[in-house]
Amino acid sequence: MSGWLAARVAEVVPASASGRVLVLDVPGWPGNLAGQHLDLRLTAEDGYQAVRSYSVASVGAGERVELAVDEVPDGEVSPYLVQDVRPGDVLEVRGPLGRYFVWQPEDPGPVQLVAGGSGVVPLVAMVRAHAAARSPAPFRLLCSVRTPADAFYRPELEALVDDAFRLDWVWTRAAPPGWPGTPGRLTAAGLAAAALPPEAGPTVYVCGPTGFVEAAASLLVAAGHPPGRIRTERFGGS
Amino acid sequence: MTGPHPPRPGAGTPAGRPPVDGNAAAGLLGEVLAVEVTTAVAECRGCGAHAPLAQAVVEVDAAGALVRCRGCTRTLLTVLHVPGGVRLEVGCLAALTGAAPTGGAPGAGG
Repeated sequence: MSGWLAARVAEVVPASASGRVLVLDVPGWPGNLAGQHLDLRLTAEDGYQAVRSYSVASVGAGERVELAVDEVPDGEVSPYLVQDVRPGDVLEVRGPLGRYFVWQPEDPGPVQLVAGGSGVVPLVAMVRAHAAARSPAPFRLLCSVRTPADAFYRPELEALVDDAFRLDWVWTRAAPPGWPGTPGRLTAAGLAAAALPPEAGPTVYVCGPTGFVEAAASLLVAAGHPPGRIRTERFGGS
Repeated sequence: MTGPHPPRPGAGTPAGRPPVDGNAAAGLLGEVLAVEVTTAVAECRGCGAHAPLAQAVVEVDAAGALVRCRGCTRTLLTVLHVPGGVRLEVGCLAALTGAAPTGGAPGAGG
């Protein structure tokens, strides 16, 4: 599992104002669970190497791996992945990694997903797995993003809404035209209106920038969700 | 110069087997080093907190990774790149308990 695999870029697709989806062909990739991540390594011509972790948006068997990368200004790796990398380029990846921030279709319990910005990526994998398995487990996703232009996977997520999957958006800076309410950060009232209540006993997955995760986890605990049922994944940036 | 120490009472295994060498721990240690680390529960010697390693605070840079207890910020582990390999320095980690990668194993030396 510690071995690096060659990953050939198959497709690059704009995904937001500052991010894009990379589809990689990775011979030897063993498939992955929903929510797992990988390490991605870039090697410069002078031999300098940089490694970053990215969540995997795709799920299941197969050697095609989908990432969605948000550009971190002044970052060392993400600007290259968002601006420069082209189909045919070869990167290296190691994974899949992690069993903690994972959802498996065998789990029948209700699930509340909370995303900040590009933290939606591992949660997209969970929503895809939930839909692919036709799981009856109640699933809700609460996505906080700055503006509609910053939202990853919005059309796909909205198309998956059904009796078992509810989707809510929090627009922190600007909402789509005609959206009721005013933009602003996630609040206790907003959480209560959108999220499964503690009495429903959901497992809660929170992913996003560190500040968002801390704030959302605090709101969840204050609302009565047991800390032991809240799984968090923070990313710092770059 | 004295002779060999006499065996302490209770030394050796409960079955009374004599001590052996490190080779005998190879299989078990291999299991420990192969545990799924994100779900493995780390116990902090500093504050006594128990938490999955996925919930620790980690600082990553080119040299490696510093893994801290989220409860008290003490350093549990340091993982460093060294020429030709990696180095694990154990700080305030009192114990790490994880599932074996293949779902358990018979007792050691059975």
